[in-house]
Amino acid sequence: MKQNVVIIGGGIAGMEAAKQLLMLGYKPIIVEKSDHLGGHVSNWHRLFPDMTPAVALIERMKGEISDANVFLETEVSSINKLKDGYSIVLSNGVSIVSRAVLIASGFKLFNAAKKEEYGYGIYDQVITNQDLEHWFNTGEDKRMTGKDIKSIGFVHCVGSRDLKAGNSQCSKVCCVTAIKQAIEIKERFPTAEIYCFYMDLRLFGKKYEDFYINAQKQYDVHFIRGRVSEVSENIDGKVVVKAEDTLSGKPLRVTLDLLVLMSGMVCNPDIDQVASMINVGVDTDGFLRSRDNVYSIMESDCPGVFLAGACTGTKTVPETVAEARAAVLSIHNYLSNG
Amino acid sequence: MVDFGFKLSRSSTINLDEVDMSLYRRLSEEEPDVKRCMSCGSCSATCVSSGFSSMSVRKMILALQRGMDIKDMLSNCMLCGKCSIVCPRGINTRHLILLACRYYQEGNK
Repeated sequence: MKQNVVIIGGGIAGMEAAKQLLMLGYKPIIVEKSDHLGGHVSNWHRLFPDMTPAVALIERMKGEISDANVFLETEVSSINKLKDGYSIVLSNGVSIVSRAVLIASGFKLFNAAKKEEYGYGIYDQVITNQDLEHWFNTGEDKRMTGKDIKSIGFVHCVGSRDLKAGNSQCSKVCCVTAIKQAIEIKERFPTAEIYCFYMDLRLFGKKYEDFYINAQKQYDVHFIRGRVSEVSENIDGKVVVKAEDTLSGKPLRVTLDLLVLMSGMVCNPDIDQVASMINVGVDTDGFLRSRDNVYSIMESDCPGVFLAGACTGTKTVPETVAEARAAVLSIHNYLSNG
Repeated sequence: MVDFGFKLSRSSTINLDEVDMSLYRRLSEEEPDVKRCMSCGSCSATCVSSGFSSMSVRKMILALQRGMDIKDMLSNCMLCGKCSIVCPRGINTRHLILLACRYYQEGNK
């Protein structure tokens, strides 16, 4: 008989894990809170570094898990440890017994309105990275309509590397995302001046640095090293941004038609209750705690509970997919040796 | 003029709305690699003149992007080309300096 494996979260980590579990002969059951699979990636427009359409990736992944059990708009109501495995009751009343559970609950975008000095939710000219992707995808955003856009700013590290906001970690993907979005928006507004306000540019991944050089040379994106300190609206309905140009050591200001805040990642708080029921701990960075952070990131302290994707820390798409595969191998080993 | 016992200092703020980037744009058309500068400072670190003067290619590129005058800096360059050798982004900095010198020379005519 095929063994159940419950996967909490139907983003790319959960979907990839389901695919691999199907291939190994298990019966994956995805529990997804929202009304669709694909998580954050399904709301994205294009993916760095090759500008792959995000929708194409999600549709491909969906096609590969058509045999999996998927419960949409469903949450885990309770989870209890049995002698060997877990008893899980879902919000739709379904009860499942499973020897292994995979948590793939992902991240939540930092709420940019918390950084009040940037004016998100106060000024219509200020949007987030997610809002911009939504606009790329749908063309729908009241704040963008009828705007003559000549100057655009990107603020890196919004809610990342920010002790006061409670997130000391780097969100990793925002640097390259800002560059990607700068290129995409320059393609739509070729005459616009684009400014990226950064502290460091952390372009660690495959082809990210090439992406950066391309943004500099082909797209004339201006990179200004200095964190934006305040944003205000002027009488013409534009925003005035102040920062220090730390390379010249002088204060700097610029008037912009649009300001995009690169909101970082925080651990999805929706998993907190489930994690506390089975004693999966939270690490000092606010993300779920792995058995260790070098060799066993996809294993929790609880036997039979595995972790994949951004629930244990900020991750890129390829890292998340790789981790989902690694977690499935750990699950397979665990279930085979029982 | 009445001495009020105080003086007004001009703000040192760089206002990007008013910055004149024409020289930078002109130079970057002839030497497009200048756009790839990432302000690492290798050029200034190796410069034989930087220890004794205001010369710094990193600062020169930044000053161009901020519409500032670079004439004084240029006058201290000895055109040895060490900065070109060390630049990790492969910018022909010596050529850039020569272009800037030529620009100022034309302006003086």
